[in-house]
Amino acid sequence: MSATAALPHPVRASSVFLALLRRDVRVARKEIVFFLVRTTMQPLLFVIVFGYLLPKMNFVGRGYQTALLPGILAVSLSLSAIQSVALPMVQDFGWTKEIEDRLLAPVPTRLIAAEKIVAGMLQGVIAAAFVLPIARLVMGPISGFTFSHVGELIAIVVLGSMAFSSLGMWLGTAIAPQQIGLMFSVIIAPMLFFGCAYYPWRGLDAVPVMKYLVLVNPMVYVAEGMRGALTPDMPHMPLPIVGVALVVVAAFFWTLGMRSFYKRAIG
Amino acid sequence: MAAIETRSLRKVYPAPPAPKRRGGGAPSPGASAASTPAGAGASRGEIVALQSLDLEVRDGEFFGLLGPNGAGKTTTIGILTTRVKPTSGSAVVGGADVATQSVQVRQRIGVVPQRPNPDRSLNVIENLLFHAAYFGIHASTSQPRANRLLEQLGIADKAYAKVDEMSGGQQQRLMIARALIHEPQVIFLDEPTVGLDPQTRLSLWEILRQLHAEGRTIVMTTHYMEEADKLCDRIAIVDRGQLLELDTPEALKQRAPGGTLVEMSLSGDARPVIDAVRAVDGVLRVEAQGPLLRVFSDRGGRVISPVIQAVEENGVSVANISLTEPSLETLFVSRTGRKLD
Repeated sequence: MSATAALPHPVRASSVFLALLRRDVRVARKEIVFFLVRTTMQPLLFVIVFGYLLPKMNFVGRGYQTALLPGILAVSLSLSAIQSVALPMVQDFGWTKEIEDRLLAPVPTRLIAAEKIVAGMLQGVIAAAFVLPIARLVMGPISGFTFSHVGELIAIVVLGSMAFSSLGMWLGTAIAPQQIGLMFSVIIAPMLFFGCAYYPWRGLDAVPVMKYLVLVNPMVYVAEGMRGALTPDMPHMPLPIVGVALVVVAAFFWTLGMRSFYKRAIG
Repeated sequence: MAAIETRSLRKVYPAPPAPKRRGGGAPSPGASAASTPAGAGASRGEIVALQSLDLEVRDGEFFGLLGPNGAGKTTTIGILTTRVKPTSGSAVVGGADVATQSVQVRQRIGVVPQRPNPDRSLNVIENLLFHAAYFGIHASTSQPRANRLLEQLGIADKAYAKVDEMSGGQQQRLMIARALIHEPQVIFLDEPTVGLDPQTRLSLWEILRQLHAEGRTIVMTTHYMEEADKLCDRIAIVDRGQLLELDTPEALKQRAPGGTLVEMSLSGDARPVIDAVRAVDGVLRVEAQGPLLRVFSDRGGRVISPVIQAVEENGVSVANISLTEPSLETLFVSRTGRKLD
């Protein structure tokens, strides 16, 4: 008990990081059904209406499904990555203060934020992996769809989920709890609809102003990156450009998210 | 060697932005600093939560920080537990500096918060095992330790219960178990008995006494005089971010101004009646503050009726009377001019 007694062994940051991650995995497993319903309902409804009903009615051509599927996966990945981080952050810092036990862990505070972002990335990937087979089932065979560009796919998924998980960290720590509803209607909804998820970016050639305006939207790069990796024969933004943009966006939101988390954690 | 040492510790919160923001960060200054006037060297609107605090807590000591809401207790605990950055000054906990070695400090402390904040997504035992894992402790070590703690704190039957199924007192015990699972050198408790019923409070006192008897260093904030008096080896009385007194409860009580405190609220200004009241037999000292009259008596309550008479002869009537025996409370009132709660 004495302060002069032998000091405790320094704790390895990696083992604390894994413990934090194990905790989030345990909690996510308990809530997996709610999590999937919450984050994949919207993209799945889109799949049914735009990927099945409209083609059946001949309102859109069969080629539309090829453009839609990568976009739907981008939405699932991004939306669930944002939500998986932002909602718990708003709760934890806003009123439950449950994160306090982790803030007392003997590691740098930023490592705790980094773990949350990684957990959000994993949840984004799980949501997208859950949506893919269902979408494929609902829409039927999709021409030009391929898994042959695995390397590119992994890069897009990692960078995209990191960008949006970090964005969730920033929003969740910077926004007042009362404004969480506003976040969805003012930030998330426009991001989805102007994110080239439901139409390819090259389609905006028809509306040149929009074509350049939407470039501020990080969702565009995830959706176009998915197209480049999964349906490479469709016209899409060149993958190197997508890669650079995603690196920049991910680094930007990572920095903002880290800073904002630290400000909330340390008074 | 001291378990904790602070030097000229000072914390100034920036002026709150014009539109009031709610739900601030970590241990929030909240109400605690709102009533604090800007101290020396603070610019307009800034909130001085701590003026310049010098403290030393000895190894194995049960140390109390006593003061009203807004005294700076929570800010002090926040700094010592690395959750609040001091504006200036230094603090060393368990041999590590809170500002430059916060990771080492965290490894050596356990914290029981003001309001239980268990991880509600986990059950009771998971709360303990995961907390241990955040301190790098393997389950083979933490599992028996967790069982022993739950047993010791009387909540072993709740090990696999959801946290929400526990009462407030049981959750507070879980917080104590969590603070102990990594065997810290110093335990901080921030107002641990607020909101608990009297019986639960007594059993919590028993637990704290036991921890102290095991040789742990305990730092506890409270605004209950009785709690500080009964449990602590030494008490620091703080108010408005300043240390007013620091000593054992016995020494502090001896320092309290003699006699019983008779407090009367009058129908008008109390100052004009001071001389008349001072002349009453058995009155040691008289203070006036607005309509509030404080009389220190060496004859207990027997001075009440002659004092009332003296007051009324001056054309003022008495609306309310309260009596306090010589205690930490009377010392506090005489040093700060106000009551604790």
